[in-house]
Amino acid sequence: MKLTLRVWRQRGADAPGHMASYEVDGISQDMSFLEMLDTLNEDLILRGEDPVAFDHDCREGICGACSLVINGDAHGPERTTTCQLHMRSFADGDTIDVEPWRAAAFPVVKDLVVDRGAFDRIIQAGGYITAPTGSAPEAHATAVPKADADFAFEHAECIGCGACVAACPNGSAMLFTSAKVNHLNVLPQGSPERETRVLDMVARMDEEGFGGCTLTGECATACPKGIPLPSIAAMNKEWLRAVRKGPR
Amino acid sequence: MALATRTRTSAPSLWGSTLGKKTVMAVSGLIMLGYLVVHMLGNLKIFFGADEFNGYAHWLRTLGSPFLHHEWALWIVRVVLLAAVVAHAVSAYQLSRLDIKARPVKYVHKRRRASYATRTMRWGGIILGLFIVWHLLDLTTLTVNERAWVGHPYENVLATFSTWYGNTVYIVAMAALGLHVRHGFWSAAQTLGAGSARRERTLKAIANGLAVVLFAGFVSVPVAVMTGMVN
Amino acid sequence: MSSYAHHTTGEPIADTKAPQGPIADRWDRRRFEAKLVNPANRRKHTVIVVGTGLAGGSAGATLAEQGYHVVQFCFSDSPRRAHSIAAQGGINAAKNYRNDGDSVHRLFYDTVKGGDFRARESNVHRLAQISVEIIDQCVAQGVPFAREYGGLLDTRSFGGVQVSRTFYARGQTGQQLLLGAYQALSRQIAAGNVEMHARTEMLDLIVVDGVARGIVARDLITGEISTHYADAVVLASGGYGNVFYLSTNAMNSNATAVWRAHRRGAYFANPCFTQIHPTCIPRTGDHQSKLTLMSESLRNDGRIWVPRAKGDTRPAADIPEAERDYYLERIYPSFGNLVPRDIASRAAKNVCDEGRGVGPGGQGVYLDFADAIRRMGRDKVAEKYGNLFEMYERITAENPYEVPMRIYPAVHYTMGGLWVDYDLQTTVPGLFAIGEANFSDHGANRLGASALMQGLADGYFVLPSTINDYLARHPRRDTVDDTHPEAAATVRETKERLERLLAVDGDRTPDSFHREIGELMWEYCGMARSEQGLRKALDRIPQIREEFWRRIKVPGTGDEFNQSLEKANRIVDYLELAELMCLDALHRAESCGGHFREESQTPDGEAARRDEAFAYAAAWEFTATGTAPVLHKEDLVFEYVHPTQRSYA
Repeated sequence: MKLTLRVWRQRGADAPGHMASYEVDGISQDMSFLEMLDTLNEDLILRGEDPVAFDHDCREGICGACSLVINGDAHGPERTTTCQLHMRSFADGDTIDVEPWRAAAFPVVKDLVVDRGAFDRIIQAGGYITAPTGSAPEAHATAVPKADADFAFEHAECIGCGACVAACPNGSAMLFTSAKVNHLNVLPQGSPERETRVLDMVARMDEEGFGGCTLTGECATACPKGIPLPSIAAMNKEWLRAVRKGPR
Repeated sequence: MALATRTRTSAPSLWGSTLGKKTVMAVSGLIMLGYLVVHMLGNLKIFFGADEFNGYAHWLRTLGSPFLHHEWALWIVRVVLLAAVVAHAVSAYQLSRLDIKARPVKYVHKRRRASYATRTMRWGGIILGLFIVWHLLDLTTLTVNERAWVGHPYENVLATFSTWYGNTVYIVAMAALGLHVRHGFWSAAQTLGAGSARRERTLKAIANGLAVVLFAGFVSVPVAVMTGMVN
Repeated sequence: MSSYAHHTTGEPIADTKAPQGPIADRWDRRRFEAKLVNPANRRKHTVIVVGTGLAGGSAGATLAEQGYHVVQFCFSDSPRRAHSIAAQGGINAAKNYRNDGDSVHRLFYDTVKGGDFRARESNVHRLAQISVEIIDQCVAQGVPFAREYGGLLDTRSFGGVQVSRTFYARGQTGQQLLLGAYQALSRQIAAGNVEMHARTEMLDLIVVDGVARGIVARDLITGEISTHYADAVVLASGGYGNVFYLSTNAMNSNATAVWRAHRRGAYFANPCFTQIHPTCIPRTGDHQSKLTLMSESLRNDGRIWVPRAKGDTRPAADIPEAERDYYLERIYPSFGNLVPRDIASRAAKNVCDEGRGVGPGGQGVYLDFADAIRRMGRDKVAEKYGNLFEMYERITAENPYEVPMRIYPAVHYTMGGLWVDYDLQTTVPGLFAIGEANFSDHGANRLGASALMQGLADGYFVLPSTINDYLARHPRRDTVDDTHPEAAATVRETKERLERLLAVDGDRTPDSFHREIGELMWEYCGMARSEQGLRKALDRIPQIREEFWRRIKVPGTGDEFNQSLEKANRIVDYLELAELMCLDALHRAESCGGHFREESQTPDGEAARRDEAFAYAAAWEFTATGTAPVLHKEDLVFEYVHPTQRSYA
């Protein structure tokens, strides 16, 4: 396959950026999208040009590092991570636009790499259960109904890639935040911090400069792990409950 | 040794949070929605003639009597509605500002996102705001009404809908209302935490139903005037 | 021939920290005998932790909870991305919730035996003891393990063991455990007890007067080289499987932290012990950048075969039953497709070497579910393996319900690593190694679902207890800063190395060298090793190294975000580590666990261990690049589990 890539190039956080055009040839259908970019970068290095910077690590769809907007879609046309997107989803001769996640809370570091530290700070605000090592009771001391355990798992699957923010026209982090709130708040172990958790995480989310939720549903459509949109409603409920009760 | 790790929590403030502002929008929106349903049902009285319609308008002013003084009930409704409109608009404005600021750089590759109703919430809201101003000037204060006959709303309504621009403005605004309610009701339900995977279809159906009923109910009046069913 | 192979043998090495006495009491005794640091004094002690995977994340969080000042590093943009996240199967624990005869002693026994009797008994027993506490800890943190309808935890049997002791969270156990540790760490970061440096890579260890006192790190965004000083340094930087270029490791997993520590005096133990996992998705071409593992549970119902005839290129469906060779069932009639990982891997390599492999390049064997679908029905198969089939189809565009899967072995885990004593301290005082970074408790082969167990045991429970003893016995001495000659020299060497990489401006990319060394290692130091092959590799590696420094091309500068420079710098270390791995494989003239020497086989082609000559852990001392290292042997004594030869025929 021969393709034309239009890639966002930006030398650093404060540098101006632009879309640059590259031709790549000899692309196999079996390549992953990132392997296609590897091919481009090998060429660029040999030509003495700066290779395209992009985040990636596990390349099996679980670490959440890869983060490309491909033809306007976070992670591209398939519902998966960029690293699990294969070139068979494209046709010979296609022009493909590759851009970084766009959100005020995710400033560009270089080219296609953004800073997602805001997500870490949301977790730091309350996305945990206070259980110092050694203090844990016997695991079977508290039974957790299977339905609750499954609900927790469904939300715990979030890989923190940020596709939800990238896809949201408001750059909102509601789906990310709600996934963690719901995972921990439904469990009996998470219940003592139920109110403070949601209040603090939402407050931090706002402080980080993410936009508000207008329930466009773009986040859930882009989410490679299928975190469902009702996750947001469930967090709203938790938040309103916490506001009513006040932090304990 | 105790290591405090929860130091941030301060008293939650509704207005200080995007979720709080959304809650304000949802509650004020639902108040207006409730009012609109009643308003629409009242409008349908026009099909039963001038006496019934004008009588209904008069009754509105004596509502709650003798406990409430003349027009007090009406003014209470007006104050509540005004508060709802202001709260709705201010929070919408502030949230929109935040949302636009949160996505300062647009994607080069444009792609159509979300449903039409969702994408038009902001402009639809502005259209509805302007419509309300015109609507009040037309049929409440009668400032711009051609007939402007105090105490005879039936005749004033007929006057409005006998002009092409009156009909156009009204019907366009009602279309905007339908779209706004369609996404707005569902969205409010999510904001207030009523949404869940199980209730998803029911909520969407109610939202669509409300949108259609309100649009059809309101628009039936100008249509009836235009077609001569009401004269 | 390379002079590197002429290594010398130095003084034997021994673990002096494990107490004597009954094995079940040793951990309690060690904890009691260890000196403690007064809680009020702990915040005056700084501990550096490199890495934020299961081991590093849990260690950082726990040390901070105890009151130490922790300074932690990861090269990713967030501590949540470490490759522990990719572990699928589960985590073992001797809870005996099934009442199926499991016990701490059985887990200990299985692990020593599974490691082919090349692990230290005291360490393994402690691991089995702690396994129980790990599950309690993780449940308390909110890790959503699979549960039964009664609300209690579900377990499954894994990796051929006869008890059901593996706890799991669908196919994402590693992710859930890692997020638990990450959240605990996040809590401490928010509380100011952990100073987290993301996108910062350790490039060297600062050793002052023979004691580990800090690290040199590079900010991957600005390129700034910084120094960080501490009372102790903990390496939790993972394994070195990426020396093979293609492996199931993450792209950025690397050996730099452990290799630099090795160069600064930490002995490297059993570097040749690598685990090759039989059920990975085969490569599709030269563009392949990494390999993806599929859970070995697939072998419970899938049948492995290749065509009987060489070069048979017919589609699988057109090959009649009589012309198929279900080779595992044929060679190992009693275990069939469920033979241990190393045996299944080697058998696949053998049939492919015979020219009977399938798929692109003949590097693959079929894993066929046709029988299972006939027997159980498609729905039942989908229920059991649906997510794996989906993953396979996404990567290969082939539907495993209709076409047999193709699998091939791939490097998965490294049992070798920095030599540590019972306290997890390396041979450099003040330097600790935990998780996959140490030579660990797995001996020559790791059992399924034991990596997560070891990482968390080290991080949550072992290190936080043992590091106290070191810190208490070595109260803060004089502070070290950049003006200290040894620190300044380390910084200077790091800067010079990077400058040299940038200055060569040759005509080959970092990846091209990485691929070359990886292919060489896979060929000669992979699934089957021979003296001849290893000697060939040992001759070749110095040549590649020489060519590297002549022809490497690294674009850009060192003062910016430069992923090519990161890669090139990691390859510098692979080019030395590869040599040590080959030497270790060459000197160990026996087959054991993941290390198979063609010269050491039983008459029917199975691995033949030679306990009389090799019942030791090989700890290597660095001398100089390209110069033979010194071997220190730690004799392994088996008081509780008596070595036997494995047999699966």
